[in-house]
Amino acid sequence: MNKNDILEETYAALRANKARSGLTMLGIVIGIASVIALMAVGTGATSSITSSISSIGSNLLIVTPGATKNFGFGAASARGSAQTLTVEDATAISNSISNISGMSVVVSSRTQVTTKNSNTNTSITGTDPSYPGVRNVTLSTGNFISDENVASIAKVAVIGPTVLTDLFGTDAVDTDSIGQKVRISGSQYTVIGVTKTKGSSGSSNADDIIYIPYTTAQRYLSGNKYLSQINVSAASSDSMTQVQTDINDLLLTRHKITDSTKTDFSITNQADLVSTLSSVTSTLTYLLGAIGAISLLVGGIGIMNMMLTNVTERMHEIGLRKAVGAKKKDISIQFLAESVALTVVGGIIGIILGCAIAYVVNWSGVTKTSVTLSSVLLAFGVSAVIGIVFGWYPAKRASNLNPIDALRYE
Amino acid sequence: MIEIKNIHKVYGSGAEAFTALNNISFSIDEGEFVAIMGPSGSGKSTLMHILGCLDTPTSGTYKLDNKDVSTMTDDELADIRKDKIGFVFQAFNLLPRTTVLRNVVLPLVYAGVPREEREKRAIESLVAAGLTKEHFTHLSNQISGGQIQRVAIARALVNDPSLILADEPTGNLDSRTSLIVLETLQELNRKHGRTIVLITHEPDIAEHADRIIKLRDGDIVSDEKNHSVRNAEKEGKLYE
Repeated sequence: MNKNDILEETYAALRANKARSGLTMLGIVIGIASVIALMAVGTGATSSITSSISSIGSNLLIVTPGATKNFGFGAASARGSAQTLTVEDATAISNSISNISGMSVVVSSRTQVTTKNSNTNTSITGTDPSYPGVRNVTLSTGNFISDENVASIAKVAVIGPTVLTDLFGTDAVDTDSIGQKVRISGSQYTVIGVTKTKGSSGSSNADDIIYIPYTTAQRYLSGNKYLSQINVSAASSDSMTQVQTDINDLLLTRHKITDSTKTDFSITNQADLVSTLSSVTSTLTYLLGAIGAISLLVGGIGIMNMMLTNVTERMHEIGLRKAVGAKKKDISIQFLAESVALTVVGGIIGIILGCAIAYVVNWSGVTKTSVTLSSVLLAFGVSAVIGIVFGWYPAKRASNLNPIDALRYE
Repeated sequence: MIEIKNIHKVYGSGAEAFTALNNISFSIDEGEFVAIMGPSGSGKSTLMHILGCLDTPTSGTYKLDNKDVSTMTDDELADIRKDKIGFVFQAFNLLPRTTVLRNVVLPLVYAGVPREEREKRAIESLVAAGLTKEHFTHLSNQISGGQIQRVAIARALVNDPSLILADEPTGNLDSRTSLIVLETLQELNRKHGRTIVLITHEPDIAEHADRIIKLRDGDIVSDEKNHSVRNAEKEGKLYE
């Protein structure tokens, strides 16, 4: 029997029982489609999380006061609340550490902000002019905080788009707010700029924010000389580890800490954050894929069931084929070809259906999805393997039938 | 052409052993039309299976075209069946929902005959089995019982076998249709020189053969030329 004969026989056999072939194939279609669609949801989640982390800046290291390493049973003090980082630390970092492309300090707090007509509770970030470069903030209109603002402890504010609508109404245009006064913790501030929207990342909304000079924040909001954050951007992703180690060593020296397990600051590496979160989401992806795989397995068992029924029903045919000279191999290939054909055709339909589901989910805006080539290839490979694995036993059974028994079967 | 020597076939073992064939020996020459006759339980089906290379004897030798096939493996037997034997069974002769032509082509598929040649040869044997062109494209479930058996004969012929083995080919047919099928076999034997072995339990069916081997309880009870053949030979009327 050559390839064309096998194809012809397979086509004829599957056609002979259209309803049964179709239903069996449906099991595989659903299995493959769910693997593709669920993995697309997982991959989409991964990429949207990593891209939102990347949006906070590139090659970013964030130094915060307080230790992350926490031995014993005491509750860890909230990061950023400890008072250990100073402007001098920041200056030392930018002066003595190589491979730094930007550095910005942050004094953050949260407070009530009011205008004549409305008020909102938002986070106040006291910072310096290099902040937009380090943290990927762009202005929609006006100017960011300048060196003169910092030096003169000016009461100026740059507001995020969420604050803009909260304070000036949903119809407010960026330019409307320039020059307006807002009251922060009892003092009047003049709005000098509005940032472009960044979107929310996780729980924090990057647009619900007001930037003021850090010197102003230290004097009027925190009342001390300490910093909440030092943002450092490394020159390249390769140098991040070196920069992190150097900052760590520098701050240990400056803070006169000899035991490196008892630091009073911690450094968060953006790359670590990305890899931690993406390992979480890829676990999620595999979990979703596994759920799809279960339905695929059920579909495979359906194939086996159908093929076993087929072997019994076509007992006479098998006997006859053997009588006219079919060898074991001929019979087993014929039956195997039928199950593989079912899974491959079902697999192709399933891939199309899965991609369509992923597309519709993406389009509906429920969650971002992304179908990867690897998941398609995997699904296709798996469906072919299922055809072989679940077709093997029925094919073996058919090929081992004694022709006399098969012919006499009633 | 067929040489069977001291064939035994025993099913089971020990106390439950059942001897289906007990020391059977005979030979069949090329061009003979032999009927193997016996009541059910006589061992004729077992003998048919051995002759058809569907089964092997427990002991003894079976030579087909001077080749000992009594100790072959399943796949080797499949090759012998493919090249040397054409079967006509009592029932389930054709693949369901498959055209007449495709049924006849089937042995050629396994024999690896090139596609373009298959159809030509299938049509030749369909014509030889007395079928006409309008039947070729009919599905196997659209034709009558007699036609089914003639398609089966055509299929048995198609790979030019040494031996055509017909196992109760008329078992499911009425007497008029039976006659047509038997005449088809006779014609193949007489006109085309085909060697035919016909297995039956009915004496009047066996009468169509030239030689009748009678079995009972696994033994050959008689092996002689058909009366009518002998008479006809005497009178020189056989090939009128």
